[in-house]
Amino acid sequence: MPKVTYVHSNGTREVLDVPVGTSVMRAAIIHGIDGIVAECGGEMMCATCHVYVEPDQADRTPSQSDDEKAMLEFTASERKPNSRLSCQLVATPEFEGLVVYLPETQV
Amino acid sequence: MAVPVAAIVGAGQAGFQVAASLHQEGFAGRVVLVGDEPVLPYQRPPLSKSYLAGQSGVDELWLRPPEFYAKQQIDLVYGDAVTSIGRRTHILRLASGREISWDYLVLATGARYRPLPVPGAELDGVLPLRTLADADVLRRRLHQSRRVVVVGAGFIGLEFAAVAIAHHADVDILEITQHPMGRVVSEPVSRFFTDAHIRWGAKFSLGTGVVRICGDNGRVSAVDTTDGRRLPADLVLICIGVIPNAELAGEAGLTVENGIVVDEHLATSDPSIFAIGDCASFPTPFASGRVRLESVQNAVDQGRCVAASLAGRPEPYEKVPWFWSDQGDLKLQIAGITAGHDKFVIRGDPNDRSFSVFCFRDDRLIGVESVNRTADHVMARRLLAGDPGLLPEKAADESFDLRAHTRGIASR
Repeated sequence: MPKVTYVHSNGTREVLDVPVGTSVMRAAIIHGIDGIVAECGGEMMCATCHVYVEPDQADRTPSQSDDEKAMLEFTASERKPNSRLSCQLVATPEFEGLVVYLPETQV
Repeated sequence: MAVPVAAIVGAGQAGFQVAASLHQEGFAGRVVLVGDEPVLPYQRPPLSKSYLAGQSGVDELWLRPPEFYAKQQIDLVYGDAVTSIGRRTHILRLASGREISWDYLVLATGARYRPLPVPGAELDGVLPLRTLADADVLRRRLHQSRRVVVVGAGFIGLEFAAVAIAHHADVDILEITQHPMGRVVSEPVSRFFTDAHIRWGAKFSLGTGVVRICGDNGRVSAVDTTDGRRLPADLVLICIGVIPNAELAGEAGLTVENGIVVDEHLATSDPSIFAIGDCASFPTPFASGRVRLESVQNAVDQGRCVAASLAGRPEPYEKVPWFWSDQGDLKLQIAGITAGHDKFVIRGDPNDRSFSVFCFRDDRLIGVESVNRTADHVMARRLLAGDPGLLPEKAADESFDLRAHTRGIASR
């Protein structure tokens, strides 16, 4: 099962097993990781599951849909080139060792 | 020293949000969250979408895992209903006999399904869709059902119809008005979705109601319509809207009128009692007069607003409303409240299955309904947060750079 590292804005790290087929957002909610809010529940209607993907790991993640790009305009923290909605990061075996950084705020 | 207690009645999306936000906002008291359903707080939208379709499991419905509540020092009481508020005593009484004293009270009691007042509505197989328990019954029944009648063509009815069709059921949809979803969407969007459901195989009877529901050995067998037909049915979904759960508030002497009446700070006629979410009727800059909205956005943003208020930072509630509905492969996204528009223009082409209807009143943009067009929806939410400054002819003109316009407005 891929291990994904969540790095909080204060630098603390948490590592979760994210089953293939489960999103980085859902795993965070199930394990009670603060810093992922996910107010729409993964429907891509909000941008409160915003993460920054470790830049040199971007090629391991699925490409961004136009809808995700549009919704990323609502991030409460700065949008960067490596910004993603973690509800769209559905784990594949390539996620092993993935690192995502949580923004300072989601709302 | 005694710390203040914030008690929250109702553990749906709104009640959960207040509880989750109170400590984050710096509230220094105790938080008690009371829900009458026998399960952890959960998300409702998937009940008529992915959960109903069997594409997601119950574990994905919980808003947070069980440990969250203890960790956040939220005293979660579920499976117990509040039976009286006690405004003078500041004591909540619960069905179990338990008593909870409160300093601040937040009513997030939600809404319940509106029963259909016809003979036969009590038959086995005539079902609502509001709670997780309802969805579980429907999920099981859908597999055994061949002929489904949906009464009421709102969001829930049409979402359910799309799932039932995907389960290879024959689906009849009865709607008392001429316009499916007509209470919340413009005519072009109503027509577009009606046509889509017809293409998927549903049959609509518009302007048609139910006279009675017929049964066989206690089980539903058919629906008699107001236009004199008998539609065979082994499952009937009743989805003709909801009734706000305002009785507790009314019995406590709070003002109730289509929900619990609150001011711009979401306070009731008693300043220590707030009401939020589906049960609250509130003033809004996004409509003329008061509204009562049934949506995740409204529940979440009002929950945050009250939490900030109880933490000592009151601000009036004026968030842009937004809504969504998934039907088949179509995604409908609405920003603002489009009811009451006197003009609309269409951006894009419904034939391309990707378009938005921009709705205006007195030439001011009041809301946008987007079908498979998230970028428009996002811009609409930004525009409506301020003065949209968008003329109908510009909105309709695809060569007009809406993104640049939105950036200009948002940066003012």
